[in-house]
Amino acid sequence: MATETVALVEGEEPGGLVFHPFDQFEVKPLFGEIGDPVSWYTITNVTFWMALSVLCVIGLLVLGTRGRAVIPSRMQSAAELVYGFVYKMVEDVTGKEGLKYFPWIMTLFLFILFSNYLGLLPMAFTTTSHIAVTAVLALGVFLGVTILGFVKNGMAFLGLFWMKDAPLFLRPIIAIIEVISYFVRPVSHSIRLAGNLVAGHAMIKVFAGFAAIAALSPLSIVAITAIYGLEVLVAGIQAYVFTILTCIYLKDALHPSH
Amino acid sequence: MATEPIPAEDALAVHGAEAAGPGMPQLDVSSFPNQIFWLIVTLGVIYFVLSRFALPRIGAVLAERAGTITNDIAAAEELRHRAREAETAYDKALADARAEANRIVAETKAQIQADLDAEMEKADAQIAAKTAESQKAIDEIRESSARNVSEVARDVAREIVAAFGAEADAAKVDAAVDAKLGERA
Repeated sequence: MATETVALVEGEEPGGLVFHPFDQFEVKPLFGEIGDPVSWYTITNVTFWMALSVLCVIGLLVLGTRGRAVIPSRMQSAAELVYGFVYKMVEDVTGKEGLKYFPWIMTLFLFILFSNYLGLLPMAFTTTSHIAVTAVLALGVFLGVTILGFVKNGMAFLGLFWMKDAPLFLRPIIAIIEVISYFVRPVSHSIRLAGNLVAGHAMIKVFAGFAAIAALSPLSIVAITAIYGLEVLVAGIQAYVFTILTCIYLKDALHPSH
Repeated sequence: MATEPIPAEDALAVHGAEAAGPGMPQLDVSSFPNQIFWLIVTLGVIYFVLSRFALPRIGAVLAERAGTITNDIAAAEELRHRAREAETAYDKALADARAEANRIVAETKAQIQADLDAEMEKADAQIAAKTAESQKAIDEIRESSARNVSEVARDVAREIVAAFGAEADAAKVDAAVDAKLGERA
């Protein structure tokens, strides 16, 4: 009876199906035994994959452009493409004043983009699938933008919540809704990113689990391939969405009067 | 029997520690400090690299390229302008040359015409002179022949008169012959 309970807890069912869709998200120390305590400075798989994203950023944007060529190489061309893409996004959404914060937004975009794509490598750990990471990113944006709004505009920043073109009796109600939606921003901002990645990665693992049944394995492979393709799209789109929302919040801070 | 559930709980506890709590590792608060610490380090490094090296460099390259393109376009515009100027100059030179050629042709024609006219005039004058000379000669011949006719007529008349045996008065005979010749003439 005891062994039965254990087997059930382990998730090993008689059919041989093993589902561990969430094991891939475990934070583990890179050196030492599994189950060792993880303190704030421990070098974990988080450290490893974040370091890889840093190396990718350096590889593309620093090593890729070391030629400084007027006629660019392929790598330099790609680096310029990313630069131009984010630069134009910041300029279009926030205007010229927002360009001062372009390096910060570029940092966010590149970190999320490379983390998302590195997470798609087999056996990889996806740092941006953790709510701890995305929440820090979103809270950082939220706090930064809010403080910036007050510093730049003073109390006029509160005009963001006061719709001047709405009927007078509706304005307080709208203001309350606006305030609530303002404070919900970091929540949706962070959960959107982490949720998308967790869902996709977990789904791949679930379909992989079905491959243990021989009759289902072709279907499983097709499904994994399809979801993987979708995830490639999602990885890019979520990085883009996170970045453009950051730009929009920044625009609100710089020009609160709509 | 009472101890039986304990291994199961142990196993659960072990598994729980291994999987970092039941369900999602994302909700395991014990790993948060680690992730947040390394995230901040990562973002700091990326920001440092971007703001210090990558972005100024790419910005400079893009600006340089834009400058190069602008310069090239300006240079191309300048060259086109010069080409147009050269074409204008060429057309003008061609027109000038054509005009010069026309002028030379006209001048030469006029010159030849003048020479021709002069020669013609000279020839006309010579012809006129020759004609006049000939006329004079003809006139002389005609006059001398007329004189000869009258002399012959007088001589003949004198001889005829002498043949008739009469002493001919020379003056009378001449007058009579002249009168007769005057009638005919």
